[in-house]
Amino acid sequence: MKTLPAVDAVIVGGGWAGLLMAKELASRTSLSIVVLERGPLRGSSEYATDMDELDFYVRLRMMQDLSQETVTLRHDGTKRALPLRQHGAFLPGAGVGGSGEHWNAQVPRFLPDCFELFTKTTTRYGANALPEGHAVRDWGVTYDELEPYYTRVDKLLGSSGQAGNLQGKLIDGGNIFEGWRSEEYPTPPTKVPYVSSLFRDAAKSLGYHPYPAPSANISRSYTNPDGISRGGCTYCGFCNRFGCMVGAKAQPTNLLLPIIQKRKNVSLRTGAWVRRLLFDSASKLARGVSYIDAGGEEVFQPAFLVFLASWTFNNTRLLLLSGIGDAYHPVTGRGTVGRNLTHQVSVSSVNAFFDQPLNRFMGSGSAGFMVSDFDRDDLDRGSLNFIRGGYFAVRGFGFQPIANFGVLPNSVKATWGSEWKKAAISYYDRTGNIIFTGEHLAYKSNYMDLDPVYKDKLGDPLLRLTLNWRDNERNMCDFATSKSVEMARAMGAKEMNPFPGLRSYDTTRYQSTHVQGGTIMGASPEHSVVSPYLQHWQLPNLFILGGSTFPQNGSANPTTTILALAYRTADAIVDRYLKHPGPLG
Amino acid sequence: MTLSAATIGGVLVYSLDRKASLLPAQHKPVRIPLRFFTETEALIVAAAASRIFPSDESGPGSREAGAAIFIDRQLAGPYGRDRFRYTQPPFEDAPREFGYQGSATLRQIYRDGLKGLDGFHLLDTAAQDEALRKIESTLFFALLRQNTIEGMFCDPVHGGNVDMVGWQLVGFPGPRMSNYDEIEKYYGQAFRPRPVSLSQVTGAKIRPGEDEP
Repeated sequence: MKTLPAVDAVIVGGGWAGLLMAKELASRTSLSIVVLERGPLRGSSEYATDMDELDFYVRLRMMQDLSQETVTLRHDGTKRALPLRQHGAFLPGAGVGGSGEHWNAQVPRFLPDCFELFTKTTTRYGANALPEGHAVRDWGVTYDELEPYYTRVDKLLGSSGQAGNLQGKLIDGGNIFEGWRSEEYPTPPTKVPYVSSLFRDAAKSLGYHPYPAPSANISRSYTNPDGISRGGCTYCGFCNRFGCMVGAKAQPTNLLLPIIQKRKNVSLRTGAWVRRLLFDSASKLARGVSYIDAGGEEVFQPAFLVFLASWTFNNTRLLLLSGIGDAYHPVTGRGTVGRNLTHQVSVSSVNAFFDQPLNRFMGSGSAGFMVSDFDRDDLDRGSLNFIRGGYFAVRGFGFQPIANFGVLPNSVKATWGSEWKKAAISYYDRTGNIIFTGEHLAYKSNYMDLDPVYKDKLGDPLLRLTLNWRDNERNMCDFATSKSVEMARAMGAKEMNPFPGLRSYDTTRYQSTHVQGGTIMGASPEHSVVSPYLQHWQLPNLFILGGSTFPQNGSANPTTTILALAYRTADAIVDRYLKHPGPLG
Repeated sequence: MTLSAATIGGVLVYSLDRKASLLPAQHKPVRIPLRFFTETEALIVAAAASRIFPSDESGPGSREAGAAIFIDRQLAGPYGRDRFRYTQPPFEDAPREFGYQGSATLRQIYRDGLKGLDGFHLLDTAAQDEALRKIESTLFFALLRQNTIEGMFCDPVHGGNVDMVGWQLVGFPGPRMSNYDEIEKYYGQAFRPRPVSLSQVTGAKIRPGEDEP
């Protein structure tokens, strides 16, 4: 294996987390930095000619190529896992920018108590308040500590919205259930799609507190603190699974890459498939990474600092393949790598059919309204058979015809032929839906390890997910569905299809790309892989960024939290680690 | 391999730049190049797609949209040969929630499924519907139904949705660059701008996925 010249820092993965770290280090230090990304670099001009539902929304051109590598899944540890042969429940992106290119740019924050979930829940409600078999942990960082970084993230993205809690003062019209914000959103709320306006008015009439969905598809032109200017959203409806053709959607390639490309101390290598992290057990330091380069040659890139930022699955898999740390064992409870796999509960809790046309082709991935009245800690008291909660949203995604033709009330039985066609045309633009997104607690029985049977294109074992829903998620989902039906009725829906309920984890139904855990953060090396500064407990020059560090899933979309944690780590490295390399206290 | 344009509706002819145009009835016979199907297979697919999405009083269907030609191109391309699926063994039977776990490519599923519809295109419509009801629960039928919908509503660059008949049917305007002025203006009333295709909007040459290696 050829050894390349050493660099100061190597970053595995060119998505949100990896490119944010590259931007921070490159702008604030003179370190030499290499970013390794296995996918391609797209030109921003490609996104206009990519507005094609078939190739992008249906055939998923921006997603990882599963013919090369996928994951396997089983519902419990007694079963044999099967490979996910085609995309389904989650959609990890490929290429520079990662999933941050094709995302919907929904940017809520996690609730303050999410970060201290174990302590807050057991202190308030007793040791038995968490379900049997849970693996819930505190994060080792509090919301108050993270708030300044969340605010930096909002300024980076230019987030559009309305604060509901400014420094503790509750503000009508914003989300009064969220944590305090030190500042108002950088840009005002987006325009409101018609179906979202129905939801807003219905929620208000039921006594709830609807608020404009926080959006990084920005409402008007904005220049961020790095001097990057973007125009406002045009509501073309091509966000979800597309890159933005006007750059109104915050993406790593329009916010971070332009700065990185101007810095001479960073190089971005695409087509680089990282196989192993190398480390020295005597000195207890990571030495660098080995990868197959774009020409097919395996090379070793030595580095003094190593960052893993290659999404939940690959962060976990690379540690397991490299023998770094101990693999988690669900029966003995020993080991930490792979533990606390969670996948946010996300369902279309009701499909609602209206008399009037909704013009659903107009919108953006995040324009709409949300309701967080059931996203609260005190919701679990009383007669409910679950703890925690989630938010409801009606967004104007920009519905496209292949994906949405044929969504029909349950009263229509035909699935093809004249009768079906007539009904499907009639309902096509009269169908709305309420989405519910809820917390997923961590359980001992949900985890990741290496699959003993299936391999990737190079012969390395695939990552194996052992994952299933438990009663807490099923009951939460049933509760959310009943509330959604009430809200849809208040919106004026004439017919409704409620979500049938969570049964076994279904790999074929898209939920969200919010899969977390595997290399979790925490206050002690006994229960976590990285420290609250995302620093590996055993190899202090290794940092792990991304949703793989979440001990469990909040109800909010994860990107702002991923970026806030990465900013905090970047500060700790620049301000302290570089001066005194070693464990950050 | 080619297919007589007249046999699938007589309206379709594609020039090399993928523009579809109407043929006058008295025009000399035109042959459409096929990439994957045999002529008989294409006739069966066209007939079956037309029962799934018929041309009837509620508007044009899969024949006018050219869905059979769309499906032929899809199967000839990377989608049809499972270019992006994980296809390493072992293959195991699995519950529905694990998705398709078989080893057969989509092309093979079509080819095998079409064997069971021998002579389908020669039947009357009632007999055709009966034949489709018998295979309704098969993966082949699910694919045929899904691909027919795709052929109705895809961008015309893919060979379906000719003249944007599908988009007109449901009021989808195609890739419209801005709805800024309209999104809050048409609350409760239909806003139906004239559909435009991606190449019309961008003026650029679009390279569809089915033409990729």
